[in-house]
Amino acid sequence: MPGQTFAQKALARAAGRDTCAVGEILDVEPDVVLSHDNTAAIRRIWEEFGQDRVKHPERMAITLDHAVPAPSAVHAQNHREIREFVGDQGIVHFFEAGRGICHQVLSEEVVVRPGQVILGADSHTPHFGWLGAFGAGIGRSEVAALWAQGQLWLKVPATMRINLNGAMPEGVTAKDFALRIIGDMGADGGLYRSIEFAGDTIHAMTLESRMVLPNMMAEFGAKNAVICPDEPVLTWCLERLAMRHGIEAGSSAWADLADGLRKDCLYPDTDCELESELHFAAEDLEPYIARPHSVDDVVPLSELGQVNVDAAFIGTCTNGRLEDMSAAANILATRRLAPGLSLVIIPASSQVLEACIELGYAETFARAGAMLGVPGCGPCMGNHFGVPAPGETVISSANRNFRGRMGTPSAGIYLSSPAVVAASAVAGRIVDPRELD
Amino acid sequence: MARTDRRFTGRIWKYGDNVNTDVIFPGKYTYTLKTPEEIAAHALEDLDPGFAANVQPGDLVVAGRNWGCGSSREQAVSCLVLAGVRAVIARSFSRIWYRNALNNGLLALECPAFVDLAVAGDTATVVLDEAYIATSNGRTVTFQPLSDDVLRILEAGGLIPYIKQQMAV
Repeated sequence: MPGQTFAQKALARAAGRDTCAVGEILDVEPDVVLSHDNTAAIRRIWEEFGQDRVKHPERMAITLDHAVPAPSAVHAQNHREIREFVGDQGIVHFFEAGRGICHQVLSEEVVVRPGQVILGADSHTPHFGWLGAFGAGIGRSEVAALWAQGQLWLKVPATMRINLNGAMPEGVTAKDFALRIIGDMGADGGLYRSIEFAGDTIHAMTLESRMVLPNMMAEFGAKNAVICPDEPVLTWCLERLAMRHGIEAGSSAWADLADGLRKDCLYPDTDCELESELHFAAEDLEPYIARPHSVDDVVPLSELGQVNVDAAFIGTCTNGRLEDMSAAANILATRRLAPGLSLVIIPASSQVLEACIELGYAETFARAGAMLGVPGCGPCMGNHFGVPAPGETVISSANRNFRGRMGTPSAGIYLSSPAVVAASAVAGRIVDPRELD
Repeated sequence: MARTDRRFTGRIWKYGDNVNTDVIFPGKYTYTLKTPEEIAAHALEDLDPGFAANVQPGDLVVAGRNWGCGSSREQAVSCLVLAGVRAVIARSFSRIWYRNALNNGLLALECPAFVDLAVAGDTATVVLDEAYIATSNGRTVTFQPLSDDVLRILEAGGLIPYIKQQMAV
């Protein structure tokens, strides 16, 4: 029998098995079940079961992030119902409006650990592959079923491995690599697949950059995506968990925690069966842009031509982290926005916002003329905070540019790295930051 | 809304590749529209503005690759169910949309050969037990028969009624 892929190992473990086969359907017990502003709607489905208590409240994680602060009384009522539910069911992993976007917050809080399985009523749940967890998006009914029963069927996906080796050119980011993959292979290039990222360039990336890759594989059709956990990932998890549980560095509890984290890490066997394997040389990458209205309509920025923009947005679970804020601040420190253009900057979490304040980025943004928003999803899916006017052109660091995604069907959304968004907000047209004066 | 009829004929609405959940059901409505009538009225709003007003019970939606890519929002399925769509037949489906379809009792069939033949506005007949689809001019194409697991959920009317049946046992 050949060795097992990461996906086989993670799903077998969550099904209480030693091994499993690709294509097999397993009843999986996820370690974490994620929901957000959709929790109130899921609760209404769950109530059809007539249960008083959810089966595993300790496995549930709920954030308020998709429309915060509430843009209308209907949204506010929705949040209120979620708070009541959280109180009634004794859910510990609840994160209030303003704490940030689910994927960022659960990463900061290490609610999900290496080797675990997280299923979420959010399509970007593959995000948690950055720390070596199996994350997959599911629907609201399935989350209701998990609350009731604690398990759900999942088919074991075949694996595509994507290798990146070599030195990334200056100005090229993980986002550019994700766009390149999706542009080359199409928005369904990874359909139903487990994506394993490998190569020295991946492991040389900052953890914040790594988070972009599994997150963006939602736009590739992938079921999950993963980067094998290494020392920086283990350190991230250890420090945050120790702080949360009041464990002192160097204590025996600290050592136990470190051992436990290490023991739970899952790595694909060297003789595992890969369905396909891609190789990219980092030196060949450049900044890329996805054009309206499809994430796979990707061109090198150098070949884009003249595109004037009306609005710009930096944020989301894909690119709203501190290094993204830092990239924007570097560009905006000595510059102002182009006349008539709006730039909305929304940190992915309250921790990112706090750091922006401490490091002076918040002041930089305000002086440059940008609008700094409340941590959350912002205008990504068109709820509020920077919805474009009909016919406007937007440059965004988000993950999707579908028609109507930001609430306005006739607006055109271009996707890029945060640095390109910031530079374009200064120039009034989409530009490479390396070309700014 | 158990959908147990095994042979049915419907009128075809035909669309292309990578039709995403934002054009099937816009994200700006996901926390505000709740009644079945409201949800059905916005089905395919940003893809085909004439769809919601003209769709008839029993109609078929036919599409290319990766139907339903994007968000996990279940309204991208329920808006079609509530609008009366009987089945969606595509070259391939986004995985979350496909699961949501089964879980809401909506038949989703992968059948590229039928997509090649399908003409918008024409009718076609789906015969589940024999796993084929016939066009109005008598051409037939087969599809992979549904697994028993899938059929059980579909016949219960979706995941929630299916689990309720199980819990009642």
